[in-house]
Amino acid sequence: MSTTDISPRAPSRLKRRAKGFAGLLLALAATFLGLLLVTFVISRVVPIDPVLSIVGERASQAQIEAARTRLGLDRPMWEQFGIYVMNAVQGDLGQSLLTRRPVAEDVARVFPATLELATIATIFGVLAGVPAGVLAATRPGTWIDQLVRLIGLAGYSMPVFWLGLMGLLLFYGILGWVGGPGRLDSGFEMMFEFDVPRVTGMILVDTALAGKWDIFANAVSHIILPAGVLGYYSMAYISRMTRSFMMNELSQEYITTARVKGMPEWRVIWVHALKNVMVPLITVIALSYANLLEGSVLTETVFAWPGLGLYITNALFNADMPAVLGGTVVVGAVFVGLNMLSDVLYRLVDPRAK
Amino acid sequence: MTTLTTWLRDHSPSSRLQARAGQAWLGWLRMRRNPLAMVGLTIVAVLLLMAAFAPWIATHDPIAQDLSQRLLRPMTNGHLMGTDEFGRDIFSRVVYGARVTLYIVTLVAVTAPVFGLLVGTVSGYAGGWVDQVLMRITDIFLAFPKLILALALVAVLGPGIENAVLAIALTSWPPYARVARAETLTVRNSDYIAAVRLQGAGPSRIVWGHIMPMCLPSVIIRVTLDMAGVILTAAGLGFLGLGVQPPMPEWGLMISSGRKFLFEQWWVATMPGLAIFVVSLGFNLLGDGLRDVLDPRSTAK
Repeated sequence: MSTTDISPRAPSRLKRRAKGFAGLLLALAATFLGLLLVTFVISRVVPIDPVLSIVGERASQAQIEAARTRLGLDRPMWEQFGIYVMNAVQGDLGQSLLTRRPVAEDVARVFPATLELATIATIFGVLAGVPAGVLAATRPGTWIDQLVRLIGLAGYSMPVFWLGLMGLLLFYGILGWVGGPGRLDSGFEMMFEFDVPRVTGMILVDTALAGKWDIFANAVSHIILPAGVLGYYSMAYISRMTRSFMMNELSQEYITTARVKGMPEWRVIWVHALKNVMVPLITVIALSYANLLEGSVLTETVFAWPGLGLYITNALFNADMPAVLGGTVVVGAVFVGLNMLSDVLYRLVDPRAK
Repeated sequence: MTTLTTWLRDHSPSSRLQARAGQAWLGWLRMRRNPLAMVGLTIVAVLLLMAAFAPWIATHDPIAQDLSQRLLRPMTNGHLMGTDEFGRDIFSRVVYGARVTLYIVTLVAVTAPVFGLLVGTVSGYAGGWVDQVLMRITDIFLAFPKLILALALVAVLGPGIENAVLAIALTSWPPYARVARAETLTVRNSDYIAAVRLQGAGPSRIVWGHIMPMCLPSVIIRVTLDMAGVILTAAGLGFLGLGVQPPMPEWGLMISSGRKFLFEQWWVATMPGLAIFVVSLGFNLLGDGLRDVLDPRSTAK
């Protein structure tokens, strides 16, 4: 929004926009509260007694009572939920039974690995998916269109963990082109631990900042396969959506006008039409970014990638419910946040959306 | 045969049954022109047959262990897809696995859409605060990534096939509620609903008898398109060891046990994954074809 806008209707438009954002924020808060309610309910029906897991089997009645009071389990349900929400809002997601550290701290430690993976995967997905979708849309019914469709459908039909295993088998086991599971070779892991200052927690960024290009190269060889696997899924989604948006755009009159003016076809498609396609596409890309969080649970297990997904599954197998639910809240919150962000971006970019 | 087709093609059907059969026939003809949809239909039919006749198709007992025959390559000693680490025949396990997959898919397909349909139609027809509350709840469930919520639910309920079905159903109803609500909003103010209301029908009768049938086609399309997703989620839960428990032959679980031998005995993890891939692809192709046939908007062009 420019400050030089001096048209008389500007203030009212600003006001309307502010109102729209306020509504969005309210919906965001309501959804977040709902998220917490669901995890709260799950945590209360869990058959594992949180008191017993803290004081141990042989505790006396008095000790159990004391622990109950300390945990606030003697209060009414609605009050417990209130405390839960207040804690969550202040960033307190409870303590992990496994690591004996606050869940929020654990999540902050593992999240950069997932973020790094999802970001590279989304870049792959956009770089492959958008051109594929445009190619398919401009040649409907041809073999290119069918091929793009089939590649997309295959992506919707393949279990991500299986594709990851097959990738490991082919590119790591047989061809030896990429690094194996984990974020770095074990030798480089030590170097990264001691020689590289931690800035973002993302290995690619931190090593680049420190100028340690040998570690950087090793990290690239490790991330390329899992990111490629996840990127394939976002490509399947992005190419499909790009195709349908593009088909819609190409039937518009301004496209005919541009063609009649004698504009070269590549310019009509890649400049005029694509510009308008980008608007709804931003939403799609944000959604696929959010979906990658989900795919990362299985992918991280296959590639021993120490991110949020692996953290949640590890906690699951150790019956560490605070960590499972804390991780679930964080993933849900990021998911909701990205959805909301795509909504806001859409409103900002598209002048028609009011 | 010819009398049957003329009966089906009759332009002035004399009964409701004939009209419906004629419509279905036209749809079938339209779908037959789409080769990819027919491939999908064939795959799904093969899956059904495989599940129904598993004992006759399987060459070995899917659970019987024979440690002298462990980790054999495909096509040795009569093992089409080789054997796993307990000497069990992988082909037979894949065939029996079709039963497990179909069991999960069927249970989810009859629970989640019905619940979603109920929520969606009630919400759309009632409007007002009922609509607001129900849709907020739907939004909350939509806000969770499916697999993560299913994981948390299974963690609480304990692993097992029934709990996996419950977790998947609980996470997959919201889209049906959305679809059903949208359909309800388009028909709730139409004349025929007003006519039914004037005849004295109550809200429950209107929703059940006159609105739900209108929502069925779009919900059915959604269900077929979602089946692949259900199969993948179930396999994912199985892979993590949270779904079906051993020694039952579930495809995801089989992949996870083959993981340990990935680089030496590649077939243990590869074969069940291929089965998942082919079956999901079948459902996706069939769903795409059905959408083209049943969705009036896409037939218009």
